[in-house]
Amino acid sequence: MKPRRFALLLLVVLSLLAAACAPPATQAPADQPTVQEPAAEPTAESAAEPAAQSSGLSGEVVVGCAHALSGPIAIYGEPIRNGIMLAAKQINDQKLLGDATLSIVCEDTAGDKAQAINAFQVLINQDKVVAILGPTLSNSAFAADPVAQEAKIPVLGSSNTAAGITDMGDYVFRDSLPESDVIPNTILVTKDKLGYSKVAVMYGNDDQFTKSGYDVFAEALASSGTEVVATETFAKGDTDFSAQLTKIAALEPEALIVSALAEEAANIMIQARQLGLDVPIIGGNGFNSPKLAEIAGPAAEGAISGAAWNIGNPAPENTAFVEAYRAEYGGDPDQFAAQAYTAAWLMATAIKNAGSADPAAIRDALAAIKDFPSPLGTYSFDENRNPVHTPVVLIVKDGQFQVFE
Amino acid sequence: MFLQQLVNALWLGSVYALFALGYTLVFGVLDILNLAHGAVFMWGAFFGLMAVTRLDMPIWAALLVAMLGSGVLGIVLDRVAFRPLRKRNAPQLAAIISSIGASTILVSLAQGAFGAQVSRFPLDALPSQVFITGPVRVTLIQIIVFVASVVLMIALLLFMRRSRSGKAMRAVAYSGRISALLGINVDRIIVTTFFVSSALAGASGVFLGLAFSAISPFMGAPIELKGLAVIILGGLGNVPGAILAGFLLAATEVFGVAYVSSDFRDAIAFTVLILVLLFRPSGILGTAVERRA
Repeated sequence: MKPRRFALLLLVVLSLLAAACAPPATQAPADQPTVQEPAAEPTAESAAEPAAQSSGLSGEVVVGCAHALSGPIAIYGEPIRNGIMLAAKQINDQKLLGDATLSIVCEDTAGDKAQAINAFQVLINQDKVVAILGPTLSNSAFAADPVAQEAKIPVLGSSNTAAGITDMGDYVFRDSLPESDVIPNTILVTKDKLGYSKVAVMYGNDDQFTKSGYDVFAEALASSGTEVVATETFAKGDTDFSAQLTKIAALEPEALIVSALAEEAANIMIQARQLGLDVPIIGGNGFNSPKLAEIAGPAAEGAISGAAWNIGNPAPENTAFVEAYRAEYGGDPDQFAAQAYTAAWLMATAIKNAGSADPAAIRDALAAIKDFPSPLGTYSFDENRNPVHTPVVLIVKDGQFQVFE
Repeated sequence: MFLQQLVNALWLGSVYALFALGYTLVFGVLDILNLAHGAVFMWGAFFGLMAVTRLDMPIWAALLVAMLGSGVLGIVLDRVAFRPLRKRNAPQLAAIISSIGASTILVSLAQGAFGAQVSRFPLDALPSQVFITGPVRVTLIQIIVFVASVVLMIALLLFMRRSRSGKAMRAVAYSGRISALLGINVDRIIVTTFFVSSALAGASGVFLGLAFSAISPFMGAPIELKGLAVIILGGLGNVPGAILAGFLLAATEVFGVAYVSSDFRDAIAFTVLILVLLFRPSGILGTAVERRA
C-alpha cells in the first residue's frame, strides 16, 4: 500500500477512534435488545388505558423505566433496575393500586444521551407509558427529560444530582438529593470534626456529574474559608493518577477532596496510599457504592462521603427494604437502589392518589406528596419538585459505610 | 517530586509499551490494524481473574492461563474476522472495520458473562508492598510490570530474529506472496502471529489488572487509543519503536501534568504525537515504509 494513502487511512481511523472512544458508552451497539420485564403478566396489549375513564384504575398501568442497563454506567443502572423491580413486585403483591397492576417496561439508555432520548420516545410513543422513571445520568436527563416535558409525561429521576435538573419543566421530578444539598453539609461536618484548613481537590472534568460536584465542593470550600492548594483533573476511564497525586502529595494538604465515580475514586485511593498521601479522602455521591470498598480494599478505610441514604438507618421502611433486597438479589443494595426503590413507590403512590392513569393527574399527585415514609427517611417534594430529606455523612470502617461522627 | 514523577513516567511507559507490543506485531506482519486488540487484552484480564478466583490458581499460573486463553482467542479472531477477508483480497479498511465489529462483540460477550461491574484481583493475589528509597516510592507490582515489559520485549525481539518461526514472520511481513513461493506456510505463520500477539495482550491484561484494580469489559477502550498513538509514534510494526514511544508518550503525559496542568494531559501528549509525525511521518524508529517487523 502506498504510504500516503495509508497515512490518510490511519488518520481517518484515529479520528474515528478518538471520537468513538472518548465516552466508552457509545461503544455499545445501537440496537440493544429491549429489556422488558413485566412485573405481573404480559405487557403489550395493555397500552393506553383511556385516561378519561371515570372508574379510576383498572387493568395494567404501564410505567417506563429508562436506565443504563448496558455499558460502563450499568454499574449504576443494574442496582437501580433491581430497586424498581423490587418495588413493583411489592406494590402488586400489596395491591396498592386496587384492581390495577403496575407494569414496568424498561428501555436501555446505555448511559448515552442519544440513546436516552430514543428510550424516552419509545416509551412515550410506543409503550404509551403514563410516567417514566429515569434516566440514570444527569447528562442523559438534560438531553431526554425535555422529551417527556414536551409530551406532558411525568419523569422521576432517582440518580440525577446535577444542578438544574428540575428547571427543565414542571413534569420533571427527582428524588435524589442534589449535590448542592449534600456536599455543603459534608464539608461543614468534616471540617468541624477533622479541622482541616488546606485541601487538594481532584475531579473528572469530562463528566457533568463529577464536574458539577466539583463546582459545589469549590464553593463550599471557599465559603468555609478552606484553602485549596491544588486542583487536578482526570478523564473518565483513566486508571493512572500517580502524576496528579505526586504533585498533590508534594503540597502536603490536610485532606483530599475527590469528585469522581466509584471506579476512578477507588483507584485514586489505592494510588494515593501507595504514594504516601495518608490524609482523609472526602467525596460526593459517586463514592456511595459498595464497589468502592470492594475495589479499593484497605485503601478505602476512612474514606468519607456525603450521602442521601444510610444502609444502617434503623427506620422500619429501611430495614424492610434492605432485607427484601438481599432476599431477592443476594447482595446489599446501594444508595442508587434505595433511591430507585423509593422513586417507584412514590410514583405508584401518586398513581393511587390520582386515582387515574392520566399523566397530568399523576403529576399533580406526585408534586403533592408530603411526609412519605421511605428508606431515605421522611420524604417530601419541595415546590421545585426536588427532594426534601436529611443528608448524612458516612465513613468507610472495616469495609462498610457507617455514619461519620 | 521530580524523581517520583520520573518513576511514574517509567512505570506508565512500561504499561503502554507492554500493551503496544502485541498490537504492533500484528501490524508489522500482516499490515492489519487490529482494533480488537484491546478486547483481547480485556479478555486476558478476565481469564486471569477467573483462574485466580474460580480455580484458586496462584497468580503466575493464572498468567499462563490468560496468555494461552487469549492466544487461542486471537486465533479464533483471525479465523472469523480476518481470514475470510484475506482470502478475498478485501481492502485494508474492511479488515479494520471487521476488527471494530469483533471488538464490540467481544466486549458485549464479556459484559454478558461478567456484568458491567468493575472487579479486581483478590487483595492477596500479590503482596501490596511499597518500597521507599529516599523521596521515591515504588510498589512491587510496578517493578514486576516494568521488568515484565522489558523481558517480554527482549523475548519477542529474540524470537523474531533467531527462531525459525520468527524469521518466517519477518519474511511474511516483507511479502506474503514471495514467502509462499519459497515454501513458507504463510497461513501457519499468520496463525502464529495472532497467537503470539494475543498472548502478549493477555499478559498485559493480567499485569494491568493487577496494577490498576479496574477490570471491566470496557478496560480496553482507553488504553487502545493510547496504544494506537504509541505504535504510530514508534513506527508502525516496529517493536523497539513501540517500546521507546510508550516511554516517550508516558513521559510527556506525566511531566505535562507535573509542570503544566492535568487539564491538558492528553492534549499535550497528542500534540507531541502530531509534531513527531509532521517531521518523521514513519514514526521515531520507522524505516522507509514497506518493510516492517
